[in-house]
Amino acid sequence: MSKYKNILLDPIFNDNPIARQILGICSALAVTSKLETSIVMALAVIFVLTFSNLAVSLIRNHISSSTRILIEMTIIASLVIIADQIIKAYAFDISKQLSVYVGLIITNCILMGRAEAFALKNPPTLSILDGLGNGFGYTFILLFVGFFRELFGSGKLLGYTIFTLNTEGGWYNPNGLFLLSPSAFIIIGLFIWFVRTWKPEQVEEE
Amino acid sequence: MSAERRSKIIAVALGVCIVCSILVSTAAVVLNAKQEENKKIEKIKNILIAGNLYEKGKDVKEIYNSKVEGTIIDLESGQKLDESKYNEELNVETFDIKDLAGSPQYGKIIPSAQDIAKIKRMPKYMAVYFVKEADELRAIIIPVYGKGLWSTMYGFIALDSDLRTIEGFTFYEHGETPGLGGEVDNPNWKRIWKGKKAFGDEGEVKIEVIKGRVDPSSQEAMYQVDGLSGSTLTTRGVDNLVKFWLGENGYGPFFDRLREESSHEQI
Repeated sequence: MSKYKNILLDPIFNDNPIARQILGICSALAVTSKLETSIVMALAVIFVLTFSNLAVSLIRNHISSSTRILIEMTIIASLVIIADQIIKAYAFDISKQLSVYVGLIITNCILMGRAEAFALKNPPTLSILDGLGNGFGYTFILLFVGFFRELFGSGKLLGYTIFTLNTEGGWYNPNGLFLLSPSAFIIIGLFIWFVRTWKPEQVEEE
Repeated sequence: MSAERRSKIIAVALGVCIVCSILVSTAAVVLNAKQEENKKIEKIKNILIAGNLYEKGKDVKEIYNSKVEGTIIDLESGQKLDESKYNEELNVETFDIKDLAGSPQYGKIIPSAQDIAKIKRMPKYMAVYFVKEADELRAIIIPVYGKGLWSTMYGFIALDSDLRTIEGFTFYEHGETPGLGGEVDNPNWKRIWKGKKAFGDEGEVKIEVIKGRVDPSSQEAMYQVDGLSGSTLTTRGVDNLVKFWLGENGYGPFFDRLREESSHEQI
């Protein structure tokens, strides 16, 4: 039982895809200027990651090593298109803000990484858990970054005003840096620093 | 059977492709209607925002259907296009500025001397929207677009039925710098436009976006809008596109015709 639990929970702190494996950074920079887009992006990644892991794992014994990357890409790309279509149909405003980034989940290293490193070698149940776990790990970082960027960049959370801006008669002078991608680098960097101070075993040996 | 046998490799690849393509096409077909509906609502919503008709939480389609009436006009002559001439590309429902401007049949090149909005091509026809209340014309909403600093900005201007006063202004698509030029869609800035006069007494385009703040005591104040600080080029783009579209190469002929009509009615 603890094996299942570890596969599901390890990717959140112990082996986080962004903070430990440093995968999938690009989308974490692009979509996190607001909490809302971060949430939708994270859900899309969880969906794609879980099902791509499941699908790859189901046919893992039938995939030839020479075509495995092609097959993984086909599965991932199809799932991403489906996720994109669903977002366009049911969360149209958000899909406009996410623009190309949902499509770019295809190139998100987490998906290929997990399919290659885990789903090809493990049975479906474990692969689903691995997909969910890594999805949650990714989600955690996205929410963390999105929270600080939206709060300090525009004084809001999920569109609700937390700090009243000085342009609207309040006291808060928004920090525009938080709306630009470099701020996500800084926040992710700080996050990695905290995690590795807390869990020194994550520090790579020189 | 080994996964490395050639026939097996091809069979697996084929199988994966077929399953994936069925899933993708099913999703696309099933969700298409909903997506089209979203696009339509989005556009209607922007028209309502420009005309100050949008109310949060209320059904946009209901407001639109009860108060707004769209029609296609020929920009050069200012005439309404007869509905019998509507077709697949040319109708109020699916009107798309970008498609039409780029089309060889319905778009045209703007001579560079006239092209102050820097858009190179424009449609020959435009969808305009009349806001009516109790059969009385209240406002006219016209689509406009022009180049900002980085991107082409698309928006709507609403003019009061006197054809001089600006009722509202909104951009629904632009790629300007967030926090600087991107403030063109800031509600506070858009609110400044309301009540400004677009035309002078002679019908000449007078509205302008100036650098810095408008001096309220100035005689020209009713024709001037505050520029956005830190975004001179975006602001200049807005100024240019407003001048272009309200001018003779834009909706000029259409406004002339409307003015003529309303003066006839008064007699």
